[in-house]
Amino acid sequence: MSVTYLEAIRAAQARALAEDPRVFIYGQDVGAFGGAFKATKNLIAEFPGRVLDAPISEDAMMGLAVGAAIEGLRPIIEMQFADFSTAGFNQIVNQAATLFWRTQVPCPIVIRLPGGGTSGSGPFHSQNMEAVYAHYPGLVVLTPATVEDAYSLLLAAVALEDPVIFCEHKLLYYHLKAEALPNEALPLGKARLAREGRDLTIVTYSAMVHEALAVAQELCLEGWEIEVVDLRSVKPLDTDTVMASVARTGRLLCVGESWPWGGVTAEVIARVVSEGFDLLDAPPQRLNAKDTPVPFHPNLWAAHRPTARSIAAAARTLLRS
Amino acid sequence: MLLARVAEEKIASLYRAGKIHGGVFLGRGQEALSVAAGLALRKSDVFAPLIRDGAGRLAFGEPLIDAVRTYLGSRLGPMRGRDGNVHRGYPREGYLPMISHLGAMISVVNGVLFARRMKGIPDVVGLASVGDGATSTGSFHEGLNQAAVERLPLVLLIANNQYAYSTPNHRQFACRDLADKAAGYGVTCHTIDGTDFMECLRVLPAVVARAREGGGPQMVVARLLRLCGHGEHDDAGYIAPEFKTSALGRDCLHVAEEQMMQEQAVNAAELEAWRTETMEKVERVIARVQREPAPDPFQEDWRAIQTAHLVEVSASANPVDSRAPGAPQP
Ligand SMILES: Cc1ncc(C[n+]2csc(CCOP(=O)(O)OP(=O)(O)O)c2C)c(N)n1
Ligand SMILES: [Mg+2]
Repeated sequence: MSVTYLEAIRAAQARALAEDPRVFIYGQDVGAFGGAFKATKNLIAEFPGRVLDAPISEDAMMGLAVGAAIEGLRPIIEMQFADFSTAGFNQIVNQAATLFWRTQVPCPIVIRLPGGGTSGSGPFHSQNMEAVYAHYPGLVVLTPATVEDAYSLLLAAVALEDPVIFCEHKLLYYHLKAEALPNEALPLGKARLAREGRDLTIVTYSAMVHEALAVAQELCLEGWEIEVVDLRSVKPLDTDTVMASVARTGRLLCVGESWPWGGVTAEVIARVVSEGFDLLDAPPQRLNAKDTPVPFHPNLWAAHRPTARSIAAAARTLLRS
Repeated sequence: MLLARVAEEKIASLYRAGKIHGGVFLGRGQEALSVAAGLALRKSDVFAPLIRDGAGRLAFGEPLIDAVRTYLGSRLGPMRGRDGNVHRGYPREGYLPMISHLGAMISVVNGVLFARRMKGIPDVVGLASVGDGATSTGSFHEGLNQAAVERLPLVLLIANNQYAYSTPNHRQFACRDLADKAAGYGVTCHTIDGTDFMECLRVLPAVVARAREGGGPQMVVARLLRLCGHGEHDDAGYIAPEFKTSALGRDCLHVAEEQMMQEQAVNAAELEAWRTETMEKVERVIARVQREPAPDPFQEDWRAIQTAHLVEVSASANPVDSRAPGAPQP
């Protein structure tokens, strides 16, 4: 029996609801309909009164979550698409993210953001929001790339006392499968070596991990050994694991599906350059989406985001430099 | 009311003397409404006051010293210098510390009420206070609609003091009366004269009781005038003179004093004694807080999340500068 990334997210929520009476889910169409992507399918039947349809009010959804968290509940907020979280942005960054610092009252909320590009989704159903939220103090930002991580990190997120931005990748929802769900909990804030190598480090996260692994496989046939670091969590960022990898390989390529200005790839490179300049044998490189809104048409979409092809090309150039 | 008025006047004079960091926002003209709101609530209720609710905060049970400590930035205050002036509270006790963004507290009150209902805690009311300007925000709309959909015991108190900073009502909304908005949400609205202390004292407990009895969200629109600048930096030269001389421009504190004298609840001499006593009390508290320690950047943990091991220690973060204002001098 295999489990998809989406099923893992549903299973993690079911387990959280079953194990912790403080947990509830609030979001548009999450009730009887089971959510736009069916991440909450049948949960309302299993947990009546704890899976609630919200009006199309991202601001008020987040405000309600903060109030409930103050009262000791543990809300899971489903944004129908990551893109719409901008309509609740104020409550996330100014209310949820500042509460603990201002008052010492923790704010345990999980905000699930189905994000990332899928062909045909266009500018408003494709965005990656991790860098925007990671910019704000007071938030933890997780970006699972695997079925196992989607499950474990979501459970860890619900257990955390702080607000978590949980970035799910829609492209992985149905295609990515695992044999079984993990049992042991995963420590937060630790990156994962997705593949070992000694010639070049690719640091990435979320769906781009799979593109990077495909590149590593391809370049392996050319005799290169590529190491792939899956960040798992972009905030906090596991600088130690990145630095240790760069120490082994001397070459760094950062790949992110979101826009190039600022962001996770810029942050990783800034840290490696300032804290580990001597480890580098070549200038570190990064690859992001183009600096335009995400296009609708598959031809444009596929050229907008990094792909195994463009990553392989960047890797080859860096390996030869 | 008197305590709020006297304390705020004193804080305003400290501001003019340059002894306060940041702004000072007074509730002058709004004390009757605010105090009636605070008194209508029980300690176990939920209160999200706004900038002009100094009186309501005291009535809800906030010790005067909390206000003074937050204004003066004492390390012993509820916000310990991390936030200031009107941004203070104890969220776990149902006393919510406002963020600046107008309208944003309404849905947070909803969340507390929602959680209490889920936890099976009965008989709770939550009161959120906003101004006429805040009614134009998306958060106001979303919050009130959400309360109505969830049928939460929310009282949404709108102090229509005719201006939002310098913006008059006619540039803020185009409906005939703010009260008309309630119908659009399926919410009952009550309109009151916010300068009339006795009316406020009569209506607000009744409205709170309706919410408590399961009547769903209640909206209250109170007419009044802001008898001060938006903040103490503002001379409010834009306020139309007609307003000042109209019934809206009555000082609710004087109205209250007259009402109480008419009822023979108090006489002029007693009022004078109250005032003197109150001044002394305020001065004592201020003198005490002025001797309290300021926050120390070296002792600050600079930690924005509860989970200590997830705090990022970035090499590029600004180190604590010993020359920063408030830091102990070498
Ligand atoms: C969302 C948002 N926009 C702008 C401001 C800046 N601001 C602070 S108070 C204020 C006027 C508020 O007017 P009103 O709601 O009528 O309350 P009043 O000051 O009259 O009591 C403005 C514009 C803010 N705090 N929040
Ligand atoms: Mg106003």
